[in-house]
Amino acid sequence: MANVYEAVIGLEVHAQLSTETKIFCSCQARVESGKTEIPANSNTCPICAGHPGILPVLNKKVVEYAIKAGLATGCEISLVNIFARKNYFYPDLPKGYQISQYENPICENGFLEIITKDGIKKKINIQRIHMEEDAGKNVHLAEFSLVNLNRAGVPLIEIVSGPDMRSAEEAGVYLRGLHAILTYLDICDGNMQEGNFRCDANISIRPRGAKEFGTRTEIKNVNSFRFVEKALDYEIKRQTDVVQSGQKVILETRTYDSGRGITLSLRTKEEAHDYRYFPEPDLIPLQISQELVEEIKNVLPELPSQKKERFAKDFGLSSYDASVLTSSKNLALFFEKAVRKLVLKGWNILDASKPMANFLTGEVARLLNDENIEINQSKLQIDHIVDVVTAVKDGLLSSTGAKQVIAMAWKNGDSVSIIIDREGLRQVSDNNILEQIVEKIIANYPVQMTQYLSCKEKILGFLVGQAMKESAGKANPVVIQDLFMKKLKGDHNASS
Amino acid sequence: MIVLKSPLLSLVNNMDLYNNIKQIHEAYNKKLLSPIELTKGYFQKIKASKHNAYLTLCEERATQQAKKADQILAQAGQIPHDRFPLLGIPIGIKDVLTIEGVRTTCASRMLEHYIPPYTATSVLRLETAGAIVLGKLNMDEFAMGSSNENSAFGPVLHPTHHDRVPGGSSGGSATAVKAGLCVAALGTDTGGSVRLPASYCGIVGMKPTYGTVSRFGLVAFASSLDQVGPLANTVEDVAKLLDVMAGHDPSDSTSLCTQKVNYTDLIQTTFDLKNLKIGVPNEYFMGGLQPGVDSSVHSALKWCETQGAKLISVNLPHTKYAVAVYYIIAVSEASSNLARYDSVRFGVRHPGKTEQDLVEFYKKARSLFGAEVKRRIILGTFSLSSGYYDAYYKRACQVRRLIQQDFDKAFNEVDVILSPVSPTTAFKIGEKTSDPLQMYLMDIFTIPVNLAGLPALSVPCGKDNEGLPVGLHMIGPAFGDGKLLAIANAFEKGFTINHG
Repeated sequence: MANVYEAVIGLEVHAQLSTETKIFCSCQARVESGKTEIPANSNTCPICAGHPGILPVLNKKVVEYAIKAGLATGCEISLVNIFARKNYFYPDLPKGYQISQYENPICENGFLEIITKDGIKKKINIQRIHMEEDAGKNVHLAEFSLVNLNRAGVPLIEIVSGPDMRSAEEAGVYLRGLHAILTYLDICDGNMQEGNFRCDANISIRPRGAKEFGTRTEIKNVNSFRFVEKALDYEIKRQTDVVQSGQKVILETRTYDSGRGITLSLRTKEEAHDYRYFPEPDLIPLQISQELVEEIKNVLPELPSQKKERFAKDFGLSSYDASVLTSSKNLALFFEKAVRKLVLKGWNILDASKPMANFLTGEVARLLNDENIEINQSKLQIDHIVDVVTAVKDGLLSSTGAKQVIAMAWKNGDSVSIIIDREGLRQVSDNNILEQIVEKIIANYPVQMTQYLSCKEKILGFLVGQAMKESAGKANPVVIQDLFMKKLKGDHNASS
Repeated sequence: MIVLKSPLLSLVNNMDLYNNIKQIHEAYNKKLLSPIELTKGYFQKIKASKHNAYLTLCEERATQQAKKADQILAQAGQIPHDRFPLLGIPIGIKDVLTIEGVRTTCASRMLEHYIPPYTATSVLRLETAGAIVLGKLNMDEFAMGSSNENSAFGPVLHPTHHDRVPGGSSGGSATAVKAGLCVAALGTDTGGSVRLPASYCGIVGMKPTYGTVSRFGLVAFASSLDQVGPLANTVEDVAKLLDVMAGHDPSDSTSLCTQKVNYTDLIQTTFDLKNLKIGVPNEYFMGGLQPGVDSSVHSALKWCETQGAKLISVNLPHTKYAVAVYYIIAVSEASSNLARYDSVRFGVRHPGKTEQDLVEFYKKARSLFGAEVKRRIILGTFSLSSGYYDAYYKRACQVRRLIQQDFDKAFNEVDVILSPVSPTTAFKIGEKTSDPLQMYLMDIFTIPVNLAGLPALSVPCGKDNEGLPVGLHMIGPAFGDGKLLAIANAFEKGFTINHG
């Protein structure tokens, strides 16, 4: 973007709550979080299918979960809640209206603090969090479309941010932060592919420094953090091009085509809905007691920001490592368990956490990112990483070898010792074998040997590298270096 | 008791004797009659009737229920009132309440073939108490109407004057009870739909306090106003049905959790009208009453006075806004409640060619509604639209509160409010169909009660010069259903109707 313009981004997140049952009936709520798909429309009842004459009865757990989300994001909790009907026609909406909240959302005026890559801290306002029911799913076939209502009535919270983000990066950090909070609270499974956590982004651009907003577009239902960032980057560029070419941005809803990496118009303002909200007469106003709010506040689990602080302190981690490790509840738990295992084996806690953090924030984080999954969805087990760290310490594995082992274990789940043997990655630390190599290198590079005497550091690296090459990467570089130093020192002393 | 255990024909001819619960139970106890015989008799009579009161007969189902009632009776010897207070009582259900596996049409082409997968709580409770459901009763389409002329399956005829309407929207229920096509019936009352037809047909019909009877399984017209209510020949039978149906239903968040009252017990001891403070609202007697209605209601009031009751004039100043408020709130809710009928989710979908254009598809689908239903959906959609919401729906809700406060104030002074149910008696079929506003005004006295959520009933108090019944409207304070029934029972027992 030409530096003259800045982006203004607000996000609406729909998070499916991981309650046992749906929001207004007793059907299962977590139909799609399992591996096995259940038959279409088998998880329905007259209520969530919207049969004539049915009435909703509110699931208490949904209220508790929404309060948790509000408390974790610094919101005020409304003690009187009114549900509203949002009326619109769509085949996957059984009743022709969605029961939602309009004028009195359960949570208001919260915030989330984000830290960008450059270390800049920023408060993103959370305007409101409200409870509502999910719709079903339309399945489009060549000749006709079908509707699957298994998901209809699954509880959602919609979390609406202020228009406070100024870049795709900020939006990405906010989304990841929010995702972490909800999964830490254990109120959302957080699987974006399965639609547990969906994001709509409102974006506009304006001349830097301007007070008023430009015309916004809304990008609907993008299903990964990276796609949200890419869609926003694309949209910022598109809107900038539009404005710079003297045209105007149109108020419209757009969709992100991840294949082509572009956004496309879905519908314009003229086709926008008038939702005809009015208070839901089938539900009486919900009164929440202050005691319930306090009770929930007292049992809130450790949140990402708190865990991050604790990790830095207890494990001696850098702020960056701590934030990467705590960005996902599953990864944080994985780390803690792995370190505990090593400590139980007699390791010093700092000796254990350092290499563990390095592998998890390095190789493992890269693999997680590439596949866009959570650690518990991979084949990598705690024992793998514990064994790798132990093997490195014991000199059985080089750090390069360790990366290879992790990648292998990630792929097929084989045990570390099997992989080391099969791939021939066992590091050679035997002095007798390595001494031969060192002798050979010294003989082969007489010139470098002489140079070493004047500036040893540079040349030592070269020599170690040659020795590693000679050993086909299997030599323990620490031992090799030791041997070189001994040898060279000895020679030097001899010659002087 | 004249009729003895007899062939079906003589039973059918003497069925008038079996039009209330007490008499039927006496006959069952004395083995003069069996549930199966009575059920057969009712079906014979229904099939021979020309009233168009039933839309669907549940003959097989009812026979099964009657057989079960026979067994229970045979085992127990006498009616086990504790467990089966309605054992073997044949009833009819307005076709707006669902019964699992039984077609529920709401008298609409839209739901002509709709078979619900569950049973309404009110119906389930009656059946559990031993009642036999004979069938589903005709009504105004989606309970929208005051004459039963809005049924997609033809109007219901008045039980005694066949050129007249029975009132609506529970017209089938009122006619069926009065014409002896069932002992009692369920109706629903959103703006007077139980009380108006009860008044026109000369029976008792009650709208309980909002939330007394579960709405689960009641196909919604206007959710904040709808209430299920019983219609029967006597106040006692109304009380008996209400006893069985009332009480909190976990499936209906708006159903009341209050302590259960035994209405039947309450009316066993005759209520003393002495010193009863009766409110007579000035706004309900400001002219425009048909002479027969005016005189009948006044003679009823006079009789109460002779019993020692005090007539106190009360003001309900916001009454004049009630019809307007009702026709904003009710239609707004209706526009949302009826959204699901579009031939995609619910509603008849004609096989064969599919419209390519969604707008065409919807046009065709929504044209399955009758004129009144369409009118109300359009009005409601308009009232809720952005830019109009504040001026219409929101304003109406504010005035609704004022109407409620009028009643609150009045009930600080009086125990019960009496008025006519409707300004007129049953009118001729077709007389008001061209003027919806005229039709809406038939409910001018009943509508405020729904807006305030109060209990009210219609009990016969006279006839006009053509012999058409006039109903006395009794309105009680919220949760005062029991006392209201007791007063109505005392009136019914003591007051002699002047026949024209």
